Amino acid sequence: MTVKQYKEVLAKPLLEENPITLQILGICSALAVTSNLSVTLVMCVALTSVVSFSNLFISIIRNYIPSSVRIIVQMTIIASLVIVVDELLKAYDYETSKKLSVFVGLIITNCIVMGRAEAFAMKEKPFISFLDGLGNGLGYSIILIAVAVVRELFGAGTLMGYEILPLVSNGGWYPANNLLLLPPSSFILIGLIIWGIRAYKTDQIEPNEYKLSKHATAPDLSKRELNV
Amino acid sequence: MNDSVLKTLTVSFLVCLFCSLVVSYAAVSLRDMQNLNKLNDQRIKILKTAAIYNPDVSIESQFSRLTPKFVDFSTGDLLDEYGEYDLNTYDPVYFSKQPEHSTPIPASKDIAIVKNQENIGKIYLLKDSSSNLEKVILPIRGYGLWGTLFGYIAIDKDLNTIKGLEFYAHKETPGLGAEVDNPKWKSLWDGKSIYKNGEVEIEVIKGKVDPSNQMASYQVDGLSGATLTSRGVTNMLVYWFGESGYKETLKNINYDS
Repeated sequence: MTVKQYKEVLAKPLLEENPITLQILGICSALAVTSNLSVTLVMCVALTSVVSFSNLFISIIRNYIPSSVRIIVQMTIIASLVIVVDELLKAYDYETSKKLSVFVGLIITNCIVMGRAEAFAMKEKPFISFLDGLGNGLGYSIILIAVAVVRELFGAGTLMGYEILPLVSNGGWYPANNLLLLPPSSFILIGLIIWGIRAYKTDQIEPNEYKLSKHATAPDLSKRELNV
Repeated sequence: MNDSVLKTLTVSFLVCLFCSLVVSYAAVSLRDMQNLNKLNDQRIKILKTAAIYNPDVSIESQFSRLTPKFVDFSTGDLLDEYGEYDLNTYDPVYFSKQPEHSTPIPASKDIAIVKNQENIGKIYLLKDSSSNLEKVILPIRGYGLWGTLFGYIAIDKDLNTIKGLEFYAHKETPGLGAEVDNPKWKSLWDGKSIYKNGEVEIEVIKGKVDPSNQMASYQVDGLSGATLTSRGVTNMLVYWFGESGYKETLKNINYDS
């Protein structure tokens, strides 16, 4: 493996093969934890470390994993890492872990983690698998941070809890957009991001799965046979 | 090769064994710290409610200014002892879920949807240096829109004036009901009165309080867009300051001091 390959594995998931915008994975947590930037950052660190280390460990034992139970073995490793991360958060950053509540635990079900384990770590050597996990974690983080910045800034007028736009309700001039604080707003934001990326990188546009057929001329109803 | 039954079992067993060791090590080694965090989190809320919280001083020493007391809800008596339970670690919310230590509230009386009330509660008294009563801090809880709000309310030594209100756990909508955490809204509570002629009159109203209204000192601005949360807060105050709550207790404190 050359340094160039390492770089490629690390950099590709950031934009070109971003897990959220190209593969549309990990949307659930992207909706749930992005109303506040500091919480989002912790979630990003948590997911990135889980996906990197699960890739590393799975890759180390990839040649010993029987294919019949490989998904369960992967899940066991991922779940253990998630529990450890959850415990660490509860011990060292209690405030944030309270805000993240179940979403740390739900990293187990995040498709990115499982997807990278199955698609990459089961075939490649440990170090490059680790980098692949790191790259995908960072790709996930970029999108989440972008969404969180918009949501917190325009939804609550703050960033990382510091006031940027003084709210009308606190005597300022900015009327908060409450829609941005609700999870559906991240759907709209992620949609806009995907649109932006695909407008720039047109090769990401998926071919239509079906085509509308041309309008047929309307049948002459007066000539139909009645099935009575 | 990899797919023989023996190999499958061995690999599964080893992976499970290793993972369980890692997980249990993490859980056990971090448990003390986590429990301390949980305890401190609640203590900070109590200190904030009493408006004596200073982030630069150790929580332990600040908290020692507060005197905890058991409260017998059936008589309203303040107790220093209750069975074998330690006053410092007693958790009323936990005991409200134990059938032998709690009483189900009949639905007709349960306006705040508390469901089960502990028989023995716990309150905190804040005394000044010459041990005169300054404030009383009472735990309250009740249903909002999505779930139960848990909080503390501080009242002045006249036992009728609110000094502070804090919620330490709730599930209300961010930006709407979760504005119960907004410092500006919380500051509205300072100086409001609870009882008028022995009845609980404090209320979160819809819209803004009209200062010329004679009931203005019993009213707090509603949270816009969060009618049900606002109503929930009113209901929990009416419940906890009513007959089944702290009403008798507050009378007893009055006699004592």
